[in-house]
Amino acid sequence: MADEPILSVRDLHTHFFADEGVVRAVDGTSFDLHSGRTLGIVGESGCGKSVTAKSILRIVERPGRIVSGQIMLRRQNGSTVDLTTLPTDGREMRSIRGGEIGLVFQEPMSSLSAFHTIGNQLMEGIRLHKDLSKRAIREQAIELLNMVGIPRPSQRIDSYSFELSGGLRQRVMIAMALAAEPRVLIADEPTTALDVTTQAQILDLIRRLQQERDLAVMLITHDMGVIAEMADDVVVMYLGKEVEKGPVDEIFHAPRHPYTQSLLRSIPSVLAEPRSRLATITGSIPHPFARPGGCPFHPRCPDRHAECETTVPAEVEIGENHVTACHLYTKVPA
Amino acid sequence: MTVLDVRHLRKHFPLRRGLLGRTAGYVKAVDDVSFSIEAGETLSLVGESGCGKTTTSRCILRAIRPSSGEILFRTGTGEQVDVAPLEKKQLRPLRRQMQMIFQDPFSSLNPRMTISEIIGEPLLVNGMTDTTIRNKRVADLLELVQLPSAYLNRFPHAFSGGQRQRIGIARALALNPSLIVADEPVSALDVSVQAQIVNLMLDLQDRLGLAYLFVAHDLSVVKHVSHRVAVMYVGRIVEIAPTTGLFNTPWHPYTEALLSAVPVPDPRRRAQRIVLEGDVADPSNPPSGCHFHPRCQYATDRCRIETPALREIAPGHSVRCLRAEELSLMGVPAA
Repeated sequence: MADEPILSVRDLHTHFFADEGVVRAVDGTSFDLHSGRTLGIVGESGCGKSVTAKSILRIVERPGRIVSGQIMLRRQNGSTVDLTTLPTDGREMRSIRGGEIGLVFQEPMSSLSAFHTIGNQLMEGIRLHKDLSKRAIREQAIELLNMVGIPRPSQRIDSYSFELSGGLRQRVMIAMALAAEPRVLIADEPTTALDVTTQAQILDLIRRLQQERDLAVMLITHDMGVIAEMADDVVVMYLGKEVEKGPVDEIFHAPRHPYTQSLLRSIPSVLAEPRSRLATITGSIPHPFARPGGCPFHPRCPDRHAECETTVPAEVEIGENHVTACHLYTKVPA
Repeated sequence: MTVLDVRHLRKHFPLRRGLLGRTAGYVKAVDDVSFSIEAGETLSLVGESGCGKTTTSRCILRAIRPSSGEILFRTGTGEQVDVAPLEKKQLRPLRRQMQMIFQDPFSSLNPRMTISEIIGEPLLVNGMTDTTIRNKRVADLLELVQLPSAYLNRFPHAFSGGQRQRIGIARALALNPSLIVADEPVSALDVSVQAQIVNLMLDLQDRLGLAYLFVAHDLSVVKHVSHRVAVMYVGRIVEIAPTTGLFNTPWHPYTEALLSAVPVPDPRRRAQRIVLEGDVADPSNPPSGCHFHPRCQYATDRCRIETPALREIAPGHSVRCLRAEELSLMGVPAA
């Protein structure tokens, strides 16, 4: 990790101001994305992983907004810009969104238009970010479809999204994300709606394209298996807080935060004994308006003590590039 | 005791074309499927979307009428009844004995009914009109699924996904069924909650001797709940075996590829995967011979022509592959 990060998120807070109260969807997240590396962001529903991605792209829906923090993007010309300061719909943000930062969503069905051919949608993406002739744009679109492994791309370019299978649609989404040759790719649950065999194809594709293009990938998922397979570094989130952050091997083999430990114990595995019971985490994820005080995980934590109920734990460095926010480690010198 | 014995089940949906709706062919969604489930046993049906696993379960519950085949169900009195040809009226007394747990706990509970009404409804419909007796039974059911009885008068929106799934299970158990069909019961839940529901289903089965038909695509969950597993591909069972045998020594190349595609939660095991080319075959126009041959790395000319039969290759382990003996396939690595 010697090189400078392409994208640095620092102490990001994104809150939703609803009539019933304020939901602190993202509440102090910091991480770096590097070229050629994959950062996995993992957590259960309501942990803020998708809102983090939307914050970076500045597409957080009302009543949500970024309250504080910085999102520093190192641009192609070497300058650095804080995305939180840009107007959401301004020219600069629009050229970054889908330009320097490509994105892939979970639902390839609903993210593609049913009224336009995939070629039309793909060519629009290219046209917005590049100044090329019509014919060159079409050629490039076919080239992109070929690159993401779509068979007979010169014919498929004129088909509609509903004529394609889920796996092919997700390939089209990836082609669109890469149309403007981004250096950062944000993939939000890119394989969740797919079958395992298709998932393996798509993960393979993302890995291959990352190597070819030296992409910085931010992979958001709830699936620890996908994280283990893809990530170099991992951020584990719970109720808007990052609870643990570190190299993938340490997260899986030396997890320190009780939530990470419990989560890893509770996932079913094909390696388990048949009919074996799973370790569980008691209770369920609290409602966003009923967020516990102190450490947000304390009501479900097997290791909680009095301090956890009142004080939010600070992040402690417990190894090289490995930090956790837990009172178990705040007292012992790192 | 065999609770369910399915023999040569077929469900063919007509494909209609043109203005007059002429039948232009059939989608063989379920094509000669046979299996049985004992009391206290879980059989899982696995496969990719479109493989026919949900259609199979819907035929068994008689939500749809099968095209042919027998569905022999053992009733509470011990006799075997073929539910496949029965009419609505004849099915009614049997329906209470086979119940369903749904995938989505958010849309499967009526938002305008209290928990007590939701769980009590099947009891009321089946003649338990005395409110005191019914409420006692509902309270017992809540205890069975480990929910506090204080929740009785609340509405579904007050509950988390895991709690709603417990409510759905309590409702399914209300009439003492012997068979539970669970279609993806935990796939909509968060990991930490999924584990609780898996354990609950295992406990309930041990306590009540339930037979489970578990329909799922997640092979990791399947490993934790099943005694036996049937793998389906384009309407047919391609392999059926005891759980350990299927995961450790698969005999069908499709099973091998499915197992190999499951991401293992350990970064030190980034194994070389078998990445299947292409998509699941179109069931309205399946490939000749073995349906899997276009995607199979071991396919020969014979596989394109001959349709393999399902045959027993080891005790309780059957496979539909012409070349099974010649291949030595990879299962999941030892833990």
